[in-house]
Amino acid sequence: MSATQLEMRAGESADLVLRGVEVLDPVAGIEAQHDVVVRNGEIAELLAAGEAKADGLEEIDAGGLHAFPAFFDPHVHLRTPGQEHKEDIETGARSAAAGGYCGILAMANTEPPVSTPADIEALLVDARAAAAVKVGFLATVTRAMEGVELTEMASLRAAGAAGFSDDGLPIRSARILRRALQYQRLCGGTIALHEEDPELSGAGVMHEGPVSAALGLEGIPSISESTMIARDAALAGYEGGRIHVQHLSAAESVEAVRAAKAAGVQISCEASPHHLCLTDEEVRSLDPQRFKMNPPLRSEADRQALIEGLRDGTIECIATDHAPHAAEEKEVPFEQAAMGVIGLETAFAALYTELVLPGTIELGLLVERLAGGAAPFGVERPSLTPGSEANIALCDLSARWTVGAEGYESRSSNSWCAGKELTGRVLMTLAGGRIAYRLRSFSMGVAG
Amino acid sequence: MRHLLSIEQLSKAEIEAILDRAESFAEVGRRDIKKVPTLRGRTIVTLFYESSTRTSSSFELAAKRLSADLVSVKAAGSSVDKGESLKDTIATLSAYDPAAIVLRHPYAGAAQMVAGWANVAVVNAGDGKHEHPSQALLDVYTLRRRLGSLEGKRIWIVGDVLHSRVARSNLIAFKAMGAELTVCGPPALIPRGLEQLGCTVEHSLDGAGEADVIYALRLQHERMAESFVPSIREYAEHFQIDSRRLGPRQLLMHPGPVNRGVELSGEVIDSPQSLINEQVASGLVVRMAILYELLAAGHEEPAPVTGNGHATPIGQPA
Repeated sequence: MSATQLEMRAGESADLVLRGVEVLDPVAGIEAQHDVVVRNGEIAELLAAGEAKADGLEEIDAGGLHAFPAFFDPHVHLRTPGQEHKEDIETGARSAAAGGYCGILAMANTEPPVSTPADIEALLVDARAAAAVKVGFLATVTRAMEGVELTEMASLRAAGAAGFSDDGLPIRSARILRRALQYQRLCGGTIALHEEDPELSGAGVMHEGPVSAALGLEGIPSISESTMIARDAALAGYEGGRIHVQHLSAAESVEAVRAAKAAGVQISCEASPHHLCLTDEEVRSLDPQRFKMNPPLRSEADRQALIEGLRDGTIECIATDHAPHAAEEKEVPFEQAAMGVIGLETAFAALYTELVLPGTIELGLLVERLAGGAAPFGVERPSLTPGSEANIALCDLSARWTVGAEGYESRSSNSWCAGKELTGRVLMTLAGGRIAYRLRSFSMGVAG
Repeated sequence: MRHLLSIEQLSKAEIEAILDRAESFAEVGRRDIKKVPTLRGRTIVTLFYESSTRTSSSFELAAKRLSADLVSVKAAGSSVDKGESLKDTIATLSAYDPAAIVLRHPYAGAAQMVAGWANVAVVNAGDGKHEHPSQALLDVYTLRRRLGSLEGKRIWIVGDVLHSRVARSNLIAFKAMGAELTVCGPPALIPRGLEQLGCTVEHSLDGAGEADVIYALRLQHERMAESFVPSIREYAEHFQIDSRRLGPRQLLMHPGPVNRGVELSGEVIDSPQSLINEQVASGLVVRMAILYELLAAGHEEPAPVTGNGHATPIGQPA
């Protein structure tokens, strides 16, 4: 069976030592201060602080800083082809690098959608030319996302497709999804699902509840999501298929995934930083730039259920659903505005500020879940154990910064964190053994 | 008061100040010359993206009675038809340096966005299904004249609450004035969670005998096609206010336009309990009072939300 293919641009392998850095890799069980030696793009050694020899390596005084396995996001929108005015592979990958990510998977709902092997091959060539981090591409489940006929899934997989998704739209027809799950036995490739019953969502623009009642906005009920998850989990169980549920937003959805896992279904799922940090109360501002997305921000009880799902492992990964939009698509009244927010550059800092600092979740859990999106798509999880390819997020947990004050690496600025002051900042990212990002103001002083 | 964007932004005292001002304009309306020079030399733009009879005509007449220069723009037949964005339209109209823009728009939050773009007082004349503050103020004014005070009065709002900006604004305004609110209609036309706005929800008119005021809402015919109700006939059977259901000491209101024979029977519209025509008359003086409070009271220029005097780009959100 074919495998997920990730590509990034060529470059010099990193040769450096992070002096005295606090290393935290919860999966490898590493939590100590070390000199981290990176040679030829590999993590060569973890030595006691101060013991690494300079040896022609760039020395970085990382005392007081933290090194985590770099993050992996299985759900971003790079808007290529067709909407490069919002984002392209170069800017999207740069945005990811600035957020501490070493790899991302791009959704296929472009213009036109990514539906043919030639599309996948062309995108991988682009990534090889322009991407600062590893980028993989999903293909659509159905041709042109019309929900009627399957794409040539086996050929797409052979061309390197990371999986399949009609994200942006649900797969309305249970019959079509069933056929895709049957065909998956032949070609592999996780099917990632945007779960929403269009009949129940109607023309909804926010969560249905007291806030939508007060604002006179049409609501999207929680059950629009959870009933489709229940349907699709049943299909996956019946066919022995493998599915990944995208952007969980509601308590009922967490329960549906939990029940499916208990029943032995091969199902994984993700939650987004904005659903973990915000509720529909934000929509009272009627600001679509920051608070309009699909699925919508839901109630505090839903947010708590997502956090609980993150803790107990029902939700194995955090995915940003990074969704760039041009200013003119957001500078319109709420109901008319495009859905989606960008999130790659702020995911770690926002979750560290909103969930770790108040003691809601442990730092180790956050770091683990931010890379949890690799495994469901057959990608190796970034690790800090010696011998691993260097994929490292170097963070200053005491740095405070205002989101958007210095602009964005992304081509778009529809950040749900715009104007927020966050604590914790990515200073440098190593991806695929190369230096993918350095914060401009982070000078690489020679240690000692 | 810089803008009138929602009833929610107003305190009870601010509502009363507008109503008191409206009383004084009612006195002007009884004179032979019904015009005052207050806003002479100032420009008011009314910009209506939806059809309207009462609201647009009464804002226009209110502006004229205050001696303002009036520019009326209707979306149909304007550059909006050619695909111009709201932001660009506002930038264009701002070039006339108006003192106020009165905006009716099919989407929630439009007036609030305009207030952020242009250095001008903005009046929300209805934004989507969100709010219709001038309607709520004229309804409170009408009731206050009839009842003296709304304190402790029981008001039932009946009908299609889901699609009604009037219901939302009036709920907030009536509550602010001390009334007790009940909302009544078929379940699919009452938004989920509405009771958290501080009202009781009923699906039957059986208890409506307790009401001092019944405020009926318009039922749009297309609601039937969308299965919010199975038929107009069945809706009328359960929710129409007719002479059997309207007691002699109960007052009847409706924001108009009325579907005769649907939410109201013909005889109650023309009954002595009906305040419907009084509501329209109140609309004029209350809208004069709104424009006065925004543009003349305290002689304060509305402060810009952003920028340099003309419609300025939002740029990076704060």
